[in-house]
Order: sequence, then C-alpha cells, then structure tokens
Amino acid sequence: MLEIRNLHATVEGREILNGIDLIIRPGETHAIMGPNGSGKSTLANVIAGREGYVVTEGDIFFDGKNLLEMDPETRACEGLFLAFQYPVEIPGVANLYFLKAAVNAVRKYRGEPSVDAMDFWDLIHERMELVKMDESMLKRSVNEGFSGGEKKRNEVFQMAVLQPRFAVMDETDSGLDIDALRVVADGVNALRSPERGFLVITHYQRLLDYIVPDYVHVLVNGRIARSGGKELAVELEQQGYALYNEEPGRARRAA
Amino acid sequence: MTDSTETLERLADSDYQYGFVTDIEQETMPPGLNEDVVRLISAKKQEPDWLLEWRLTAFRHWLTQQQPQWARVHYPPIDYQAISYYAAPKQKSEGPKSLDEIDPELRRTYEKLGIPLAEQAILAGVAVDAVFDSVSVATSYKGKLAELGIIFCSFSEAVREYPELVRQYLGSVVPYRDNYYATLNSAVFSDGSFVYIPPGVRCPMELSTYFRINASNTGQFERTLIIADEGAYVSYLEGCTAPQRDENQLHAAVVELVALDHATIKYSTVQNWYPGDAEGRGGIYNFVTKRGLCKGHDSKISWTQVETGSAITWKYPSCVLRGDNSVGEFYSVAITRDYQQADTGTKMIHIGKNTHSTIVSKGISAGHGQNAYRGLVKIMPTAEGARNHSQCDSLLIGDQCGAHTFPYIEVQNPSAQVAHEASTSKISEDQLFYCRQRGISAEDAVSLIVNGFCKEVFKELPMEFAVEAQKLIELKLEGSVG
Ligand SMILES: Nc1ncnc2c1ncn2[C@@H]1O[C@H](COP(=O)(O)OP(=O)(O)OP(=O)(O)O)[C@@H](O)[C@H]1O
Ligand SMILES: [Mg+2]
Repeated sequence: MLEIRNLHATVEGREILNGIDLIIRPGETHAIMGPNGSGKSTLANVIAGREGYVVTEGDIFFDGKNLLEMDPETRACEGLFLAFQYPVEIPGVANLYFLKAAVNAVRKYRGEPSVDAMDFWDLIHERMELVKMDESMLKRSVNEGFSGGEKKRNEVFQMAVLQPRFAVMDETDSGLDIDALRVVADGVNALRSPERGFLVITHYQRLLDYIVPDYVHVLVNGRIARSGGKELAVELEQQGYALYNEEPGRARRAA
Repeated sequence: MTDSTETLERLADSDYQYGFVTDIEQETMPPGLNEDVVRLISAKKQEPDWLLEWRLTAFRHWLTQQQPQWARVHYPPIDYQAISYYAAPKQKSEGPKSLDEIDPELRRTYEKLGIPLAEQAILAGVAVDAVFDSVSVATSYKGKLAELGIIFCSFSEAVREYPELVRQYLGSVVPYRDNYYATLNSAVFSDGSFVYIPPGVRCPMELSTYFRINASNTGQFERTLIIADEGAYVSYLEGCTAPQRDENQLHAAVVELVALDHATIKYSTVQNWYPGDAEGRGGIYNFVTKRGLCKGHDSKISWTQVETGSAITWKYPSCVLRGDNSVGEFYSVAITRDYQQADTGTKMIHIGKNTHSTIVSKGISAGHGQNAYRGLVKIMPTAEGARNHSQCDSLLIGDQCGAHTFPYIEVQNPSAQVAHEASTSKISEDQLFYCRQRGISAEDAVSLIVNGFCKEVFKELPMEFAVEAQKLIELKLEGSVG
C-alpha cells in the first residue's frame, strides 16, 4: 500500500535521506529504528508532505497514487495519518472540536455529509475507552498543557477516531509510562487489520514486545542499513548502532 | 471579499456629489460647517431651544480644538468643510431597485453569512418600502415593548416625545467637551437610537433585529443613549455582520449608557464597515466615543465588540464605575488585514468602593494590518477594594503585520488589585501542518485557530450573533494564508 522508491530528500539544502526503498503491504506493521538524527522523523515528514522537506529524487506511491503530488491535507484525506513525535499545542481549540473538524474534512473529501452529532458522540466515547482517555481531555484545548505522555495518548486517540488506512507513528512510545505504553499498544493493536498498514518509529525494543512488527528496519545516515524480522530489534537493543555507522550504504529492501 | 468590497465602494460612490437636491421632503445640505449649518440641522428636526443651544455650545468649543494625534493610526487630514452635514433619507430612485440588481459577489457574501433576504436588501441599499413586511414586524415588537414601559425609538423621536429624559441624560456620560470627535458629534449629530428601561423591568428581547432593519442608514454622526433604571436589564446589539454600504467616509458616533442601582446593560457590537481595498484605498474612518456610567450601586455595564471593518478604527468603549460594587466589562476582538488600522481598547475608571472590571482584548493582524490595544485602568482614591483584571492577546498571521499594546495603569488607592497579562503569538507553520495532517485545509485551520483565539469574547455575544461573528471572521481571513 505504501511504496517508497529511491527516496532522496533535503532539508535546508542538506541531504538527509539518501536513497530509501521500502514497501509496506496492507496489514503489515513495519518498525524503523536508528540513531538520533539518522532521518527517521524526516522520513515521516516527507511522507506526510511537510513544507521544507524537499524530495530531490525518488517516488512514494500510496495505493498506486503518487503521494508526492498531493498537499498534506489531501494525503490525510486519502487515509494517511502521522502521530507526531512532538504534538503541537493549539490554544483555544477544544480537542473535541478539532477532531470533529478533522472527521468532517475527511468526509467532505469523500463526498459524504458532515458527521451526525450522535454518531460522532458514540464514536468518540468508544475510542476514548480504547485508549483509556479521560473525558475531561475532550474539552481541553488541543495538547495545551498536556503532559508528554498525555500528548502521545492524544495522538493515538485521534488516530483511533480518524481510522486511517496507513499510520506513521513517530516515537509514540517516548515519554509514556509503563502502563500507558501498554494502553497505547493495545489501542494500536485493536486498529490493526488486514487493510491497515503501520510504520512505527521507535528507539525501544520494549514497544515491539507489545506491537509486534512484521519487519524491522535500521535507518542510519538516511539509508536503510539493514532489514529483518522482530528479532533484529532485540539484537539492536543489545549491540547498539556502532556496527552500522562503520558501513553506511548497505541498503536492503524489505522482503 | 475584495470583489464584494469593491462592489460596495461602487455602490457607495454612486450617488454622492449631488449638492442641492431639494424637493418637498428631500434635502441634502451643501458641504460645509458653520453655525448656520448647526442651526439648520436643529431647525429641520424641530428641536427645542435647549438642544440647539447645546449643539451651538459644542460647535463653538469644537472650533477651538485640534484633531488628536496620539493614536497609532495614519491618515490624510480630513477636510471638515467638504462634508455635508445633513441628508434626509435617500430617494428610492437612487439605490438599486431590487436584489436582482445587486452584484452577485455581494449576494454570495450575504448568503454565506446567512443574512435574511429582507435584510440583504436594506444593507445593499435597496429602496426600503418595496421590500417589507418587516416594518409591521418591527411595529409589533414595539407594541410588546411599550406594554412593559420600555422606550425604544429613534433619537429624534425621543427628543420630541420624551424631552425630559433626553435632557436629563444627554451629555451626562460623554460631555460635549469630551474629545474632538465627540464635540463634533454633539454639534451636528443626525440621529440614532434611544432606549429607556423602567425600574425593575427585564427587557425580554435583544434589541437588535429592529435596529438592524430600521437604523441601517442613521448616517455618520450617530448618537445613542441607553438608560437602564433601577433593577432593569437590557441587552443591545449594534451593527451587523454583513458588509455595510455607506457613502460617508468619516464616522464619528457617540454612545452613552447609564445604569442606575442594580441595573445591567449589555452592549454588543459587530462592526463591518467598508475597510478599503486591498491596496489601502478608500474605507471608512471610524472615530467613535462609547462610554457607560455605572451610576448606581451594584450596577453593571458590559461591552462586547467585534471590530472587523473600517480603514481606521479609533474606539475605546469605557466604563465609569461610580456606584459602589459596580462592575465594568470589556470584551473585544479586533481584526485588521490589508492596510486596515485599528487603535482600540477601553478605559475603566474606578470611583466607587469594591468596583470590579474585566478586560479581555484579542487583536488579530493579517497582511499589512496594524492593530493596537490602548487601555487605561484608573483607580481613584475613593475606590477602596477595587479590582481589575486585564488580558490582552495578539495573534499575527504572516510577517508584515503588527500588534502593539499600550496599557496605562494609574492606581491611587493602595487597597486596589490590578493585574495585567499580555501575549503575542503567531500562527505557526507547525500548527498549520498539524491541522493539515489531520485533513483540515490551511484556510480552515487558520479560522479554527482564530476562532479558538477569540472564544472568550465570542461566548459573551448572544448566540446567533456569535455564530455570525464566527462566519464573518472566516470570510475576513479568506485568502490570508498560502
Ligand atoms: N527542519 C529542519 N531544519 C534543519 N535541520 C533539520 C530539520 N529537520 C531535520 N533536520 C536535520 O536532519 C537530521 C535528521 O533529523 P530527524 O529529525 O529526521 O532525525 P531522527 O532520526 O528522527 O532523530 P531522533 O531519533 O532524535 O528523533 C538531523 O541532523 C536534523 O538536525
Ligand atoms: Mg525523530
């Protein structure tokens, strides 16, 4: 469903991604690990279409459509979701209101009428339970004054409400306590389905105990240095990335 | 929005330089201002001598005054001799004859705002009596109000029918010497509204619909006087969210509110006069003096304003808290884009004991817009236990606009508590991207964020007005990003 071919991207003139190949099929969950600054968030931002991230070479296809030709909101309406590494605060805009605007934007794109108030309420409550979110969060402004962990949980909550076909989760586990990690992972697992794909960026093998990936990739210096199964994460946890820094450029395609 | 404002300008320009147009009921004075003009205005309105004297005293005082320069607004000098100071209602043949003659772009704006057809016609300057129905609606409102002893009429009518009330309160809050524009208004005011709520009466409706229908052409020197007697309550809505047609460039209105013991007056404004075009040509200069006197103890005056129009806005709705335990409030959203300039704020003058005031000001600037908050909180020596809380927030959209805050605080009683908070923020790329990643377009994201920013003020507006104001802001910001 997501096909990345020979992707090169620059930020402020600096080449950050240099030749990424990655294919994710419906139903698959892929994990990306890699040292700080290796380009994981950059990849996520390029997929989501953030301004300032310039693709200099390569393609991304989403269900056969050229993703790079779409603006960010179109990508979102096509079913792409990014759980941000650093969720943004929007003062004055209630979480619930924001979500409704998002849901209706997607429905409008699909030519559907605005969501029925009762249906929306039911959906919200069902999804709130899924990620064990407190109702008081709905009335609060988007991410404003949320703790680090609450922000991450809110990202997963939004994802659960929007039900995208493909989600990139950028270090959603960072900042979560052990119980929250389990709740968030349960939330993600509940969304896993044969039609949905996930790309999970993380530094910790622990998350992958809960969200068990089909493939693990190691991103180093803007390239995928190695790909493997979930046991690769265990290996990385023990050995670190030192090995890969020595020999960049061994890009491998996921099987 | 630009297209529709151009339409407005065309409409506005269409029929001004007429000089003498005299038939039996219709008159426009030639431009110019002198004592004879003041006398003539008063005579046309068949005013009593005391009112003529008051106008003349104001006029003589005005001659000794200079136009104030302290506000952070810039405009070419105004030629007061080039203005015509009296125009009777327009002849029907001058405006468009029906809605079909109105520019479709303007119609689209009205429709987006959800303005009823009949009102669209009035606002666009369609000759009125071809349209309504609503005149009788207005009359039935009037009947209902009269049963309660509420007086709600034009200022001229009040001068004729209730001269004692007018004489008692006119100039009691904004004296004719108050400031340059108020003085000018006192000399030449054309018409406006008058409201009196008798003791213990709660006005059962927002005084709005009636106003919108009947007073859309009160002209440039408007005068409004609202009196809430002991224990009375009234909520008054001024203006309209639709772009308003007006042939006058200079507006100098005066609004006076008086609240007696335990009375409450809530005054809400949505101002959307023609702001000039995208290059800063044309547009209304709006110099308004609005002030409320909390005369009685436990009285309350609350101003809420949404200022979106005019090339220049110079406006400081204020409260004089004279009665003990009286309360003053000011909630404001002012938005400027293109080359609009706004210098607005409030004055809270604490005189009585335990008087409280709240100020919430939200300034939004886009394009080359300049927005200044100017506020005075003054605690007099007598104001034992006075309290004020002020919050002034500015939001910038783009990097060519500006926001400025000028808080003046004078405390002469040591028991007073005064708190001032201010913030300036910018709609960040990060916020926009976050919204867009959730499927919300950049434009919708801006209005989402702006509405969030204004929420504290919008919630003070009566429900339907709040909805209209929100839509207005969205229209206003169309095309301000990307
Ligand atoms: N907007 C930007 N401006 C300048 N440099 C940037 C920008 N975004 C990313 N970079 C640079 O690109 C490189 C990759 O950053 P990226 O955020 O993708 O790393 P990461 O793998 O997500 O790291 P971490 O594990 O710390 O989150 C870094 O050197 C970073 O400084
Ligand atoms: Mg990162």
